Amino acid sequence: MKGLWIVTTETSAEPTRRDFLYIATGAVAAVGAAAAVWPFIAQMNPDASTIAAGAPIEVDLTPIAEGQDIKVFWRGKPIYIMNRTKKQVEEARSVALSALPDPQTDQERTKEGHEQWLVVIGICTHLGCIPIAHEGSYDGFFCPCHGSQYDSSGRIRQGPAPLNLPVPPYQFVSDSKIQIG
Amino acid sequence: MSGPSTYQPQSPFMKWLEQRLPIAGLVHSSFIAYPTPRNLNYWWTFGAILSMMLAVQIVTGIVLAMHYTPHVDLAFDSVERLVRDVNYGWLLRNMHAAGASMFFVAVYIHMLRGLYYGSYKAPREVLWILGVIIYLLMMATGFMGYVLPWGQMSFWGATVITNLFSAIPFVGDSIVTLLWGGYSVGNPTLNRFFSLHYLLPFVIAGVVVLHVWALHVTGQNNPAGVEPKTEKDTVPFTPYATLKDAFGMSCFLVFFCWFIFYMPNYLGDADNYIPANPGVTPPHIVPEWYYLPFYAILRSIPNKLMGVVAMFGAIIVLLFLPWLDSAKVRSLRYRPLAKRFFWGFVATCLMLGWLGAKPAEGMYTILGRIFTFFYFAYFLIVLPLLSRVEKTLPLPNSIAEDVLNKGKVVGTTAASLFAAVLAGTMLFGGVQSAKASEGGESPPSLSWSFAGPFGTYDRAQLQRGFKIYKEVCSACHSLKLLQYRNLAEPGGPSFTLDQAKAIAAEASIKDGPNDAGEMFERPGRLADTFHSPFPNEQAARAANGGAVPPDMSLLAKARSYPRGFPQFIFDFFTQFQEQGPNYIDALLQGYQDTPPEGFSLPDGSYYNKWFPGHSIKMPPPISDGQVTYDDGSPQTLPQYAKDVTAFLMWAAEPHLEARKRLGLQVMIFLIILSGLLYFTKRKVWSNVH
Ligand code: FES
Repeated sequence: MKGLWIVTTETSAEPTRRDFLYIATGAVAAVGAAAAVWPFIAQMNPDASTIAAGAPIEVDLTPIAEGQDIKVFWRGKPIYIMNRTKKQVEEARSVALSALPDPQTDQERTKEGHEQWLVVIGICTHLGCIPIAHEGSYDGFFCPCHGSQYDSSGRIRQGPAPLNLPVPPYQFVSDSKIQIG
Repeated sequence: MSGPSTYQPQSPFMKWLEQRLPIAGLVHSSFIAYPTPRNLNYWWTFGAILSMMLAVQIVTGIVLAMHYTPHVDLAFDSVERLVRDVNYGWLLRNMHAAGASMFFVAVYIHMLRGLYYGSYKAPREVLWILGVIIYLLMMATGFMGYVLPWGQMSFWGATVITNLFSAIPFVGDSIVTLLWGGYSVGNPTLNRFFSLHYLLPFVIAGVVVLHVWALHVTGQNNPAGVEPKTEKDTVPFTPYATLKDAFGMSCFLVFFCWFIFYMPNYLGDADNYIPANPGVTPPHIVPEWYYLPFYAILRSIPNKLMGVVAMFGAIIVLLFLPWLDSAKVRSLRYRPLAKRFFWGFVATCLMLGWLGAKPAEGMYTILGRIFTFFYFAYFLIVLPLLSRVEKTLPLPNSIAEDVLNKGKVVGTTAASLFAAVLAGTMLFGGVQSAKASEGGESPPSLSWSFAGPFGTYDRAQLQRGFKIYKEVCSACHSLKLLQYRNLAEPGGPSFTLDQAKAIAAEASIKDGPNDAGEMFERPGRLADTFHSPFPNEQAARAANGGAVPPDMSLLAKARSYPRGFPQFIFDFFTQFQEQGPNYIDALLQGYQDTPPEGFSLPDGSYYNKWFPGHSIKMPPPISDGQVTYDDGSPQTLPQYAKDVTAFLMWAAEPHLEARKRLGLQVMIFLIILSGLLYFTKRKVWSNVH
């Protein structure tokens, strides 16, 4: 800002030592001002304790009976863990990929050997509401906000949401325990 | 703001806008074409410096408010979380805290300049009064801001200052209750102070607009004190004043950054790193340095009501200055007698500042009364009298003529600059020397790897220190503000992440409730803190003979001792800040089996040479050979003491290395910028002289 007027006061067409001094001063001041802005922006990012609190969590699956689900929180996000029935798995696997707005197989979205378990982040990909489990016409999730319907694999089937419910990073530590994160 | 604008818009859009909202014309006439006297010296750049500081305080303050929690149980920790965990949080906090002091440094210089050159005289009375109002608002804002971190000084400062109002007859107590929102300083008080501390800076900004408006109506005063008569007496604001101001601001930033990056605690009080405790008053309640002269006036009057009246009167009298001093000649340059009294007044203010930091007893009270008298006498006797009897020197005919006598001016400017620097350092030292009056020996100054501008922690030492904390201190003391992950973070003891995880896993953390509604124990994780071994404060007290072992997170910054005059002045230049570590190290080695003759030691206490009062409840915590070192360092008490102290310093300030590293970069940058601005300014001004 300090540099702005400077260049215009120069009348000679040839660059002079004076020009150089003015431009250098203006440039250094501008660089300083830009650098000074950085801490004020960086402070808005999650702080170190928030990041540390987002560490992986372990969830015990034994209390979840077939056909039931639980909701746990990881990094402030609701995670659905659903113990699917045979019928739900079947439905999820029999649908043709071409019929899906966001094509993905059920195999890609679950872990091999643990087919009945569906773990998805329960945030509607439309505008962030929490879909309700075991509702809607696809045996999966129904978002009450604007009517998006997800199937039993958490894939978008109908409504304004563009994408499937995302699968968080997780792995099975044992047959009855998963680690999310 | 000064008459119809001469601004000629060029582009069609600007023409269109100018007819509807003449904002470009306003900016042009106020900050570009605005004529400024060509003989202004660098004391006139403090107006721009103050605008800059107001902006810095508002911007950093808004950011701090994003991370601060105004609640008595959470405020202290939220400030520490900001400093430790938020990206650049330590920087923003230091900027705001040191910025408050810098704001006052600049405002005092600005006011003294006004006083010296008679800038309050007709037609600038309203300009001056608006300035005094800004100053009053600044005092209120600064005070409430100091309360927000909710440390010991915050709490007791709030208590003492709000109690000033109890001196008002009849309604005093009701007013104090009203201010507190309770029967003592508490959560409602903190909440309203936060709200008002956020509001007042914008009120200040509003009054600043009026101040600048009034300035642009009357025009600036100048060192000669004669009004500009012809074109030759003035230069356009831009580029001449703009560049001069920019150079002044850049130099001031160097000074400011010295505090931000190297001396962040020099102007603060160690006691404010102890969380507020309504049950214990610190031995020395000292306000921030910028209130000290008024605090001295308050204490020198032996009557509660009159003391408060005198204190407020000392500021209110400034409002009447334009009429108390009726001399026609403005600048003290042409008033030889008044000039002497002016410097006497400056000395009086400094003395009052120094006395304000001293205990109110004996000699100090007497001196306090004498200088309080001098203070008021300057305004109420000296100035009215002098303006009638003094024989003034001949004034220059015009500003242009004044510029020709430049050589002389440089001499006086240099002399007064020197005096101001000296005065400033003396005032800063007031607080420090206050505590020096407690007397007694100071702990020996050790050499620390983290001292000085390039200081860094010694990794091996931090790891050894941590071992001592774990094996010895942690039996009684917590480190609540530290998390296990910190052990592996850059700038610290450099444990690997796996080592830190393993250390965390050794701890057992109470968590829950689980699905069955029960609390359970689990191994620690990286995000857990070093919690206290005792379930609650009462248990800690019971197990330790009635004394709670303090949390050690901030110990190295919360302990200090006086450095005395003139040592504290050298400390400013040598960046000495290691009182805390010196004290802790000395304390650990300061136990004596037999107290000196005549000292009666209470039961269950131990004699320690360095503990205040000498009687400490903590038994000697560590002795030779108690902890095994793997790296071959001597297993002796002095080595243990030094290692654990270094560890505690890191615990108190985990970003110390980042602070000093960034400080060096910023300093180099600012010095280059100041140099460039200086030469640019000289080039531009060369055609004026
Ligand atoms: S947010 Fe779910 S449908 Fe809009």
